[in-house]
Amino acid sequence: MQPFNRLNHRTLMGSVIIEHIKKTYDKGNVLALKDVSFTVNEGELFGLIGADGAGKTSLFRILTTLLLADEGKATVNGYDVIKDYKQIRGCVGYMPGKFSLYQDLTIEENLNFFATLFATSVEENYDLIKDIYEQIKPFKDRRAGKLSGGMKQKLALCCALIHKPAVLFLDEPTTGVDAVSRKEFWEMLKRLKEQGITILVSTPYMDEATLCERIALIQNGNILSIDTPENITKAYPRKLYALTASVVHKILSDVKAYPEIASCYSFGEFLHISFKNDGKDNTKELLQHLSQKGFKDVTIKEIEPTVEDCFIELM
Amino acid sequence: MKQFLVFVKKEFYHVFRDRRTLLILFGLPIMQILLFGFALTNEMKNAKVVVVDYAHDIASQQIITKIEASSYFSIEKAVMSYEDMHKAFKQGKIKCAIIFPPNFNEDLTHAQKASVQVIADASDPNTAKTIANYLTAYIGDYQQSINATMQLPMVIQPEVRMLYNPDLNGSMNFIPGVIALVLMIICVTLTSVSIVKEKEMGTMEILLVSPFKPIYVILSKAVPYLALSLINLVVILLLSVFVMNVPIRGNVFLLFAECTLFVISALSFGLLVSSFTNSQQAAMLISMMGMMLPTILFTGFIFPLENMPLPLQVISNIIPSKWFYIIVKAVMLKGLGFGTVWKETCILLGMTAVLLTISLKKFKIRLQ
Repeated sequence: MQPFNRLNHRTLMGSVIIEHIKKTYDKGNVLALKDVSFTVNEGELFGLIGADGAGKTSLFRILTTLLLADEGKATVNGYDVIKDYKQIRGCVGYMPGKFSLYQDLTIEENLNFFATLFATSVEENYDLIKDIYEQIKPFKDRRAGKLSGGMKQKLALCCALIHKPAVLFLDEPTTGVDAVSRKEFWEMLKRLKEQGITILVSTPYMDEATLCERIALIQNGNILSIDTPENITKAYPRKLYALTASVVHKILSDVKAYPEIASCYSFGEFLHISFKNDGKDNTKELLQHLSQKGFKDVTIKEIEPTVEDCFIELM
Repeated sequence: MKQFLVFVKKEFYHVFRDRRTLLILFGLPIMQILLFGFALTNEMKNAKVVVVDYAHDIASQQIITKIEASSYFSIEKAVMSYEDMHKAFKQGKIKCAIIFPPNFNEDLTHAQKASVQVIADASDPNTAKTIANYLTAYIGDYQQSINATMQLPMVIQPEVRMLYNPDLNGSMNFIPGVIALVLMIICVTLTSVSIVKEKEMGTMEILLVSPFKPIYVILSKAVPYLALSLINLVVILLLSVFVMNVPIRGNVFLLFAECTLFVISALSFGLLVSSFTNSQQAAMLISMMGMMLPTILFTGFIFPLENMPLPLQVISNIIPSKWFYIIVKAVMLKGLGFGTVWKETCILLGMTAVLLTISLKKFKIRLQ
């Protein structure tokens, strides 16, 4: 890697600063990001949580210098995304959402290729990828196209890490990966964080949000909230209850019609509900109301809100 | 430099691991040479001719022997009634019939005038015309040979000499055309497709977000295909010399230098195509329409340029293959040196420079 003049950037090293980024497609007709601002601190594991089409990939591409924003400013590792794009390309690792390695090259060939491309060698930073690479090493002569989803992700992560980047961008790394591999993947990310690498990861899975240090909830190009997962769930404005019955789907419309209800939506096998006024004994009244309607086996209990509940609340 | 080499190595892996690319790369030139050389000739060979000889005398026999000796006709001697002959024509069994009347030789020697009837199947007018011309020529030839012994005054005999290709070997003209066509297909199609493939697969994103300079991405794509094209050129030249019997009369190095220039112009065009397209199909289609078709139409190796309407002749000037075709014909077939083709070389050089500049300018360092 070229010896970049990092002295001036010392305070910003490893950080990502985004200020009022706006991005449109199709000559301004499609709005992808509107006025997005947040900061990712050095060495942080930061999650960008949002549904498909929320603008996650656009933001990642702007930060990795692949796209130009219409408005706004951003720096990565102290470098401006427009002016210093060359420097950024030398010091970040990027793993696109789609599996983007050479399908007709073997694991080993892919890794060697990207290592050389980033002007380093597999041996030089082997300790960084060792944990991950050891798992796919038995298949090193297999072509990347023939790997399972989880193995592909591991290989892609190895390739993105091989040059020991200061900032790692992972665009939906766990989409299409089985539950076990997802869990493993997040454990790997935690270990990487310990090595001092700033990690910016996007995911549509709300349950993964709690695994990040801080998260930004993004929807339709808007940042809804930025905080630690704990603070976000703490900030839920009302008490949240989970309602269950033998016929949850039938009960939904009756619950919704109940005048004291503030929010009601199905959540797995439950209905998550909250009331407009938490001062009263709402649950008892609701149970009475429902039993009058003929629903006898209903139980309601108070629960801690999850990130997804907060997301729905903020939407 | 190390990055560049590993990239080139990767390109070769792609080529050698993809059967389709390999087929285009090495199957196509061989197939085209053989196709154009053997199958798609506009010459006539072994046309079925039936000879009905009522005369059975020396003159008729001599003419028949003459015709039989040529490779253009395959003679079938038979006595046929007119009805049978018409039947044979209708069934397409014969292309032509020659009928010698009785007393052919006697008429010729005594009355100084004899007639022979030539009937050709004119449902295919070109072939019929060619056959009739050939036969008339043979008969005229014979006539002159007997005239020579009869001390007739002043026979004007047009002496035709077929320059550069005395045997009228049809594959000669095709070879430079096929060289142009094959180099075009390989360079334009394969380069554009291989770059667009990186875009389609998403690997371009990773390549761009790396310290590897975008310009090197282009160069390392071009180098393997340049090498492969030159290997292909060797294959084509070997085939043309040893299979098609078309000799290389000029300087081999000059020929290779000119071919390299043409390959570079084609590669530049391929790069240009790749920066405008986002799918392999589109890249393939544009390469085919944009280069292969003009190469076939406007170089003059299949359709003579002189016969085209003026606007088309003007358009043909902007096709690099046209100039390349002229150069290869001059160097390879006529054995001429650089002195005669410098003008065409300069034009080709200019075109290459323009194409290369545009394609380098157009190459995007970002996704949009």
